[in-house]
Amino acid sequence: MIINHPLLGPRDAAEFIYLGDASLIDRPDWQDEGADEKFYEYGYLRDNPAGEHQELWYHEQGDRSWLVVTRNTLTHEISKVELARDVARARGRSK
Amino acid sequence: MTQVNRLTGGQVDRSQVLNFTFNGKAMQGHPGDTLASALLANGQRLVGRSFKYHRPRGILTSGSEEPNALVQLRSGAHQEPNTRATVAELFDGLSATSQNHRGSLEHDLMAVTDLMSPFLSAGFYYKTFMWPKAFWEKLYEPAIRKSAGLGRLSMQDDPDSYDKGFLHCDLLVIGAGPAGLSAALAAGRSGARVILADEDFAPGGRLNAETLEVDGMSGADWAAAAIAELNAMDNVRLMTRTTVYGAYDHGIYGALERCTDHLPTSAGKPRQVLWRIYSKRAVLAAGSTERPIAFGNNDRPGIMLAGAVRTYVNRYGVTPGQQVAVFTNNDDGWRTAADLAAKGIAVTNIIDTRDAPAVCEVPGARHIRDAAVMDTVGRKGLKAVTLTSGQVIPTDCLAVSGGWNPNVHLTCHQRGRPTWREDINAFVPGGDLPPGMAVAGAANGSLTLAAALSEGRNVANAQIKELGFTPSRKPAPKAEDEPSNGMAIWHIPESTKRAWVDQQNDVTVKDIKQSYREGFRSVEHLKRYTTLGMATDQGKTANIPALAIMANCTGKSLQDTGTTIFRPPYTPIPMGALAGRARGQDFRPFRLTPSHDWASKNGATFVEVGNWLRAQWFARPGEQGWRDSVDREALMTRGSVGICDVTTLGKIDIQGKDAADFLNVVYANAFGKLPVGKVRYGLMLREDGICYDDGTTARMSENHFVMTTTTANAVLVFRRMEFVRQCLCPDMDVHLISTTDGWAQFAVAGPNARNLLRKVVDEAHDLSNEGFPFMACGEVTVCGGTPARLFRISFSGELAYEVAVPARYGNSMIEALMKAGEEYNAVPYGTEALGVMRIEKGHAAGNELNGQTTALNLGLNGMVSSKKDCIGKTLAARPEMNRDDAIRLVGFRPVDRSVKLIAGSHFITKGDDATMANDQGWMTSVAYSPSLGHSIGLGFIKRGHERKGEIVRAVSPIHETEMEVEIVSAHFIDPEGERLRA
Repeated sequence: MIINHPLLGPRDAAEFIYLGDASLIDRPDWQDEGADEKFYEYGYLRDNPAGEHQELWYHEQGDRSWLVVTRNTLTHEISKVELARDVARARGRSK
Repeated sequence: MTQVNRLTGGQVDRSQVLNFTFNGKAMQGHPGDTLASALLANGQRLVGRSFKYHRPRGILTSGSEEPNALVQLRSGAHQEPNTRATVAELFDGLSATSQNHRGSLEHDLMAVTDLMSPFLSAGFYYKTFMWPKAFWEKLYEPAIRKSAGLGRLSMQDDPDSYDKGFLHCDLLVIGAGPAGLSAALAAGRSGARVILADEDFAPGGRLNAETLEVDGMSGADWAAAAIAELNAMDNVRLMTRTTVYGAYDHGIYGALERCTDHLPTSAGKPRQVLWRIYSKRAVLAAGSTERPIAFGNNDRPGIMLAGAVRTYVNRYGVTPGQQVAVFTNNDDGWRTAADLAAKGIAVTNIIDTRDAPAVCEVPGARHIRDAAVMDTVGRKGLKAVTLTSGQVIPTDCLAVSGGWNPNVHLTCHQRGRPTWREDINAFVPGGDLPPGMAVAGAANGSLTLAAALSEGRNVANAQIKELGFTPSRKPAPKAEDEPSNGMAIWHIPESTKRAWVDQQNDVTVKDIKQSYREGFRSVEHLKRYTTLGMATDQGKTANIPALAIMANCTGKSLQDTGTTIFRPPYTPIPMGALAGRARGQDFRPFRLTPSHDWASKNGATFVEVGNWLRAQWFARPGEQGWRDSVDREALMTRGSVGICDVTTLGKIDIQGKDAADFLNVVYANAFGKLPVGKVRYGLMLREDGICYDDGTTARMSENHFVMTTTTANAVLVFRRMEFVRQCLCPDMDVHLISTTDGWAQFAVAGPNARNLLRKVVDEAHDLSNEGFPFMACGEVTVCGGTPARLFRISFSGELAYEVAVPARYGNSMIEALMKAGEEYNAVPYGTEALGVMRIEKGHAAGNELNGQTTALNLGLNGMVSSKKDCIGKTLAARPEMNRDDAIRLVGFRPVDRSVKLIAGSHFITKGDDATMANDQGWMTSVAYSPSLGHSIGLGFIKRGHERKGEIVRAVSPIHETEMEVEIVSAHFIDPEGERLRA
């Protein structure tokens, strides 16, 4: 596979480490009501879609960027690659 | 034997003679021959024995689809089994042997299995060898394995080297036949970067095997001219002997180039190269494969595919027989008859299943309409065939054509399914091709030469146009459309004798019908039940006839019957090529610390930790084994001073205004109030609350921390910290860099540690207990100005420091430390003594941080700060992980001090039976403590912190041991920590 790195352009997937569902960005707040239940869901429950999937890849043999890759699990087509930091900010993880 | 079957013409170089042997018999051939063509030239029809029934077999095809002619090449360590003689290029001195027979090829003792065939039909081993049950593993399976199977491995290390490579192109053209050459010419002329790959050593594909004309010249001459033009283009790379074996995601193709297989030796060069080709677009021009027709005893040497027969005649100048008959259901079989007759070879009969007039004039041949071959005779070589009419025709070579199958394999590597085309009785590529791929020529079902040439050009032009190139206006090469009509005939139902469908796996028409009767009707079940389509040829000639026979049984159409899924590789890939250079130690290279050579010279025995080699102990003359060395190292360290290389610990440099806040997230304990110039032990949890890693972190300045991790987790911890930084805390002002390789670090431990360091650290730096107390850290200089970092931390429990210098000074540093330590009898110690001393101090290591244990289990729950969030905090609070009877880390010593504790023993309360239900915990680490003079251990036991003084049983069913042990504090030595604060 080839991942089109937003800063470095197309790179072979062998340079990356796969982590999993990009929902791992959405770590709950420890002080929320029902935080234990939210952390349980965060830690253990994943969707397993047949189709588009947002997932985290780490450019370990490269610039160490964490990326959010939108990949179709049926065709392996990659429709979008973003810096995970930008996604995290967009999802409200700024301080 | 002379070359009795050698003709004139063809593309072999008769000016040179190549000597080779087959089963020790001397034979001759010419450059341009394959082993198969040379064997046929020498009149060798019998070349092997079949897989299951040990039937005599010959050569069926002239290409990589060959199911029968598998041979063993070369000898000694270079021996290679299961090579298809049809693709093995002849070279001078080649030695080839036949396989799968006991005794000689002509008199195979195992041929008796053929008589037992009624008991060995499809699925026989699922039924026949079922009882008694114990016999399967001990008797039946080994016996079957010995009698089946093909060639033999040399059982020696492969002496050849292999390589891997990466290539990039705009257009990859797979196959250099008429469609592929036409495609490559079109794309090359436009300026696109083109790679043209072909599995053959002579590009041209069927052009080399046919007598058809292109642009007014012979096909072979036109191909040679096309190749010359392509070779002259800088933007085209022509790769012969290169099989594109797989279509992977995003335009990536796998290819195997056989660089030296055609030479007597590799002469130090890689034998084969596995290429990864990154293409923007691809044209698959893989051609087509002829299929046989199944009739009784259709596997005799001398029965060949019609296209292969004329390939041997036209390309290699070899006739497979002197009196040839043709059996066909289509027009193409007639070309074989015509080509052979033109060369003066006697073609006696053309047996056509169709009731139709002759396709062309073939001098001397009798045309038998609406007829079929039903049986044959000639056990080790064809002598005659019997038609359904009962007529017997003497012949030594029967050329069979059942029509042509497009080579759709690569179109299906991404789950594409082919489509059945009734008009050509074949599967063609379906609509769901791998992205970027287009198909041209015979592979696309365009089975005539003119169609292949024009389609190759047009498809390539369309592909490169999408990439922004302007296609050249040059028209496609001109050729005639040869006749190519046929009818669908898969097997001859009148045959009562066994009719072979898959000759490599000895699967007959009857086996397929039996599979149907027994309910294995889907093509995937059929394949697994009968083994049809498996092994080196992957059923290239067998699959489609088999599917058609199954479709006949089920009454379904071929489209509905479908094919099994085609997967890479297209043809076999040697394991050596997949491994490439990553063999032996190169598979996982070692990392060496800067003082490695010093340690080697000083008697170190090394152990692999992560990828590192670490000194395990330093043996001295006269020591009787590792225990002697380890005991001495521990005692001398505790007695005076010892030095240990701790370079391999992960080191992460953390800087930024929010560095302390960041550490609060990744560590369970708090770092915000750690003063500058101080070190703190840190514990990391996983998000599920289990302990992950530990280490120390030093605050070098307000916004600058230096972290250490365990050796094994260094990469993982750094990766996770980057995850926290970028994904969880995107706006924190903090930066990370791994400096593991940047610093060489040494622990200096023991009562004389300060005295030793005083001689090394430059005088300006205060090392007094007040000036540089326990857990202090700072930048210093050593040996007269060399920059260094000093940490007063202790794993051994002694007065201890760790000194770090830039890696390039690492070797000098160990030498300086040892020299300065001479007066104190300083001793280097390895990981074993390190382990002994940490067990004596009750420090947790990998055995305790094993991915199952919590901070509570380790007695470190007080470290999990209640005032802040951290990774793992919330889930660590789950009730089940905080039960009153949770296991706790404590120390153990044997009641009988002379007994050796056993790691892995489980604890049972005295009086209870040693059962799983009564399990109280387990022993994690044990060591002989030279300071205490007996064995000591660490372990987890339920409520351990409340049970000190209790005696329990330590049981190890694996070692068949049991002993009584006393629960004690994990701090065996200096429990108050006075030494490390001295």
